[in-house]
Amino acid sequence: MDITKIRGQFPFLRESVNGHPLIYLDNAASSQKPDRVIRRMSRFLESEYANVHRGIHLLSERATTAYEDARAAFAGLLNAERPEEVIFTRGTTESVNLLANTWGRVNIGTGDTILLTEMEHHSNLLPWLHLAQETGARVDFVPVLENGAALDFEAARCLLAKRPKLFAFVHVPNTLGLENPVRALCGLARESGVTTFVDGAQSVGHQPVDVRDLDCDFLACSAHKMCGPSGIGGLWGRQELLSAMPPWQYGGEMVDRAYFNKPATFRDPPARFEAGTPPILEAAGWAEAIRFLTETGLEDIREHSVELANLAARQLRGIDGLKIFGPDVRQSGIVAFSISGVHAHDVAFFANERGLALRAGHHCAQPLMRKLGSPASSRASFSLYNTRQDVEALVGIVREAVAFFR
Amino acid sequence: MMDNELYQEVLLQHSRRPRNFGPLENPTHAADGHNALCGDEISVALRIENGAVAEAKFSGSACAICTASASMMTGEVKGLTCSAVETLAGNFRQLAKDGAGPDVPVRLQVLGGVHQFPQRVKCAVLPWETLVSALRSPVGTGEICPG
Repeated sequence: MDITKIRGQFPFLRESVNGHPLIYLDNAASSQKPDRVIRRMSRFLESEYANVHRGIHLLSERATTAYEDARAAFAGLLNAERPEEVIFTRGTTESVNLLANTWGRVNIGTGDTILLTEMEHHSNLLPWLHLAQETGARVDFVPVLENGAALDFEAARCLLAKRPKLFAFVHVPNTLGLENPVRALCGLARESGVTTFVDGAQSVGHQPVDVRDLDCDFLACSAHKMCGPSGIGGLWGRQELLSAMPPWQYGGEMVDRAYFNKPATFRDPPARFEAGTPPILEAAGWAEAIRFLTETGLEDIREHSVELANLAARQLRGIDGLKIFGPDVRQSGIVAFSISGVHAHDVAFFANERGLALRAGHHCAQPLMRKLGSPASSRASFSLYNTRQDVEALVGIVREAVAFFR
Repeated sequence: MMDNELYQEVLLQHSRRPRNFGPLENPTHAADGHNALCGDEISVALRIENGAVAEAKFSGSACAICTASASMMTGEVKGLTCSAVETLAGNFRQLAKDGAGPDVPVRLQVLGGVHQFPQRVKCAVLPWETLVSALRSPVGTGEICPG
């Protein structure tokens, strides 16, 4: 992977803060966009834009082609069996809400159990807690081990053996720098007849993710975390499961036949779950991002990000009072840490003054951070355009901040 | 460097060694506040006697600005009546947002620097919001103050 060439494709790198070159280490929140995605979206607006699936005119045809090509690109990225198995949504959060409101309402009832983990982002926590509250279901959590080093696999085995209706869990959590053993967990779930949902927000587009190999039932992700635009994401599901799910939003596009005086009939997936005008421009941009990432090489992207995260973790550990969450050796490009006597919000502010973008806070995982004993932490997350120099800048600035605040 | 404008030495001293930090025995009023953006969590506990603040303490985990603001606030409100506290809280919010607020004691004015950093205004104001919410949250059989 030629980092110099990659960096040349990202216009945001030309920005500076107080005379410092901008270093972007907030990739787990959202990634920056390469030139070709920006140009693709602009070209789409100039010469291909109209509503999709509606007109027979030239532009509608072009827009529909681009939109359905994007579906094929996304399905290809996941190695799904067919493009019809992917539904476009606004992102991972909307995908989980869709699932909870459709599959969930049909399949979860009083006395049923939904199994989650303690390392879920609010987006894969709150929709299920809400569903449980409304249906009288219970929610169990697979615990995390000490300091968030790993998911408690033996506990997962025991909890799955109790046959919950659903096991919804994160592939790569946004704080702990680890990767859950999705294939093994889905295997256990399958033995007990448990349906699985995988939150792939931090994994898809960051590493190879093959839904057939993982053997999950549903998986969701967002385009904006993988060099695509915000406002679009997707839910993949096995066709037989999607076909049995009722609609959740009603309107144009999702309906087959509508009447004044009798119930409407609805289309097959994915149209059934895409009411209204979808994110058309965003789909065109996302497809280009997928091509960019695939051409760059997903395995190389992962290797590069994990290598930088490990380098950062090793050097940060040398700072007195600094604690890194998660396993000793990084499994993803994420390094979250807390420093005794120095608050994360001050670190992020101090870093920004020097051109370094870090995340501070609870990272949308309040219960997890509370359990780890740190309501707020700092997070550096690496992507394909980051360098070893970025790591050095991070470590230098954190050292400086500690000296300043302590 | 811009952060020196925000983090003046007096603020850093308060954040490193906050005054009135820790639990308060037998509080009459108490409340928790948090800043969802950055994870600041703060609790304010008061002992109110004859309609005025006899003692004020805070605890929790918060950034330097929030901690310094709470440290200075708990010192400032001792002896004030509940309605005087509410007025000062409103004026302090104005100071934090605009850089100037009426009748804000000189000692607190150092926090006016946050108005240049919109994302940090909440940090300075959070202790005061929590304080006002504590006035309205009697512990046990107490009454809302001012009654």
